[in-house]
Amino acid sequence: MQPFTVHTGVGVPLRLSNVDTDQILPSKYLKRVTRSGYEDALFAAWRQSPDFVLNDAAFAGASVLVTGPDFGTGSSREVAVWALQDYGFRAVIAPRFGDIFRTNAGKSGLVAVELAEPLVLRLWELLDASPGSSLTVDLERNVVEAGNDFTEPFTLDEYTRWRLLNGLDDIAITLESEGDIAVFEQQRSPLKPRVGSRR
Amino acid sequence: MTGPRTIIQKIWQNQAIERPGKPDLLYIDLHFVHEVSSPQAFDGLRDTGRPVRRPELTMATEDHNVPTDTLLLNDPVSRLQVETLRRNCEEFGIELKRLGEAGQGIVHIIGPETGLTQPGMTIVCGDSHTSTHGALGALAFGIGTSEVEHVLATQTLPQTKPKTMAVTVTGRLPEGVASKDLALALIAQVGTGGGQGHIVEYRGEAIRALSIEARMSLCNMSIEWGARAGLVAPDETTFDYLRGRPYAPTGEDWEAAVDGWRQLASDEGAVFDREVTIDASTLSPFVTWGTNPGQGVPLDDSVPDPAEIGDPEEREAAARALAYMGLEPNTRMRDIAVDTVFIGSCTNSRIEDLRIAADVLRGRSIADGLRLLVVPGSMRVKQQAEDEHLDDVFLAAGAQWRGAGCSMCLGMNPDVVGPRERTASTSNRNFEGRQGPGARTHLVSPAVAAATAVTGRLTSPADLPERSRTESRWS
Ligand code: SF4
Repeated sequence: MQPFTVHTGVGVPLRLSNVDTDQILPSKYLKRVTRSGYEDALFAAWRQSPDFVLNDAAFAGASVLVTGPDFGTGSSREVAVWALQDYGFRAVIAPRFGDIFRTNAGKSGLVAVELAEPLVLRLWELLDASPGSSLTVDLERNVVEAGNDFTEPFTLDEYTRWRLLNGLDDIAITLESEGDIAVFEQQRSPLKPRVGSRR
Repeated sequence: MTGPRTIIQKIWQNQAIERPGKPDLLYIDLHFVHEVSSPQAFDGLRDTGRPVRRPELTMATEDHNVPTDTLLLNDPVSRLQVETLRRNCEEFGIELKRLGEAGQGIVHIIGPETGLTQPGMTIVCGDSHTSTHGALGALAFGIGTSEVEHVLATQTLPQTKPKTMAVTVTGRLPEGVASKDLALALIAQVGTGGGQGHIVEYRGEAIRALSIEARMSLCNMSIEWGARAGLVAPDETTFDYLRGRPYAPTGEDWEAAVDGWRQLASDEGAVFDREVTIDASTLSPFVTWGTNPGQGVPLDDSVPDPAEIGDPEEREAAARALAYMGLEPNTRMRDIAVDTVFIGSCTNSRIEDLRIAADVLRGRSIADGLRLLVVPGSMRVKQQAEDEHLDDVFLAAGAQWRGAGCSMCLGMNPDVVGPRERTASTSNRNFEGRQGPGARTHLVSPAVAAATAVTGRLTSPADLPERSRTESRWS
């Protein structure tokens, strides 16, 4: 995973709430078995409309998505995160995320920043007032910056932040506790089922 | 911790491996795998040379993209995905239930029905409706593909302690009102983000009175209001359900297991981070009008008028949903005509759901021009339904009787709803395009789905005219 420290890039306002993962990545693209190359699939249904904000040339090359509450609810598909990354997004800012989406983002290196709704509204206004302007997501200082008078703190759980800052592989970290896992397994109830053991 | 504990805290403490300065590792007792969310996870194992730590705690099935009217995988992209799963299971030694085999079915149906799902277990799957297994008192939640790889490699997941929530359902559900209606009413009340970050215990008189299968429909929908997981503490109903199932313990082991399961109930005085109460006795059949599961009303009501919604964001979301759904404000829900009815999905495709639907359809015919798909959740459910001759009832009514799979719940297999086509569906998501590009979905219970198929409009069984004597001779 690529480390994430400070990122500055074009912000794009997606003025919608409840953007579920079926919208971020429609299910027909779920049939692929690859891990990359999903940029065409991102918001595929909505992108057919010329009015969709990602089709606005002013936001070309956007890398920070600013959207409404309950982004990434619904299906657990991690491909929704990969598609955002393949398109070029490094961070998503929203008042609230679907739990699984937020976890998936943390695992894949997409930074999911929670900012309260009034702050998101302010960012939308800023981005609409000067389309194509940049935002900064600073994970070292835990702040979002936009223009001269927008500097707002955010929190990310410490473990995820530490992994993102250092680009660390979660599985390798867990395997450092291999001894403890083995001890746990020895004490685990033998009554629990094992696949293939049924009568 | 000492003092009274919730069932959630008890399971957590039993399963957590503590690490200084890092989140606990939660040991996973059972991991379900399917063709869609797993290929890249197995690739990850191969890339890093890691084995599957405990293949015997993993079970795989083919459900999401498989057809339900043939055993042939005609779509080459789907076939590649299924064949990839078959190769991966072979290579890593994981038991796989293949399309058409007796044990195959939707991932959240086959766990409980075989008794693999048991109280107190931690269960995960790369699928958000894993919460279904909570009906048996398991702590079960959906994960993404990176986590699938993590569980395969380590049989654990790093997890921060969840917030806990109690949903207490008082009173009893009135006759003809299902746990699906309760779920839809609850989501309309708390909102789609209402449970975010929480694991929920459903409790109270109404929950105790529910069958295990009805509890599954309720726990299944937990994710639709943002909850990470939902569960019901095990009780006699749970033990009766599990006794004698293939993976249930037997003899002395059974007694010992039940003794342990009884300890799981939340202690008197245990404190939850949040509590919600809902009165079951006031509920009636519930249906959705919009494009998220929280946009629902009682069937007796009408489509809301966005102009009357105070919150600007909700108003805009409602207007957008009505435009997508092709609905006018204030239309009576009962006046909405549908083209297709889907009875299936991990929410409502178990034998009880099919019995309810068959009771409504027995001696009746579906409306002219309407398409009704009845899709059992597993091959076991299919077999049992056929043993009870429910398939005859469905076929006589004019329905299609299919093989097991996710089918029309999501638009990634051949069973899709066409653009602007309207469907009443027993599944769990009415998102834009969920059942096919442009598809318009109304979420309903199995009873409402069956009655709707008869009239062609959103209908509850109580609205239907009496059957003649001969027609209803089996009911
Ligand atoms: S039936 Fe629908 S919700 Fe359930 S596992 Fe299949 S696709 Fe997911």
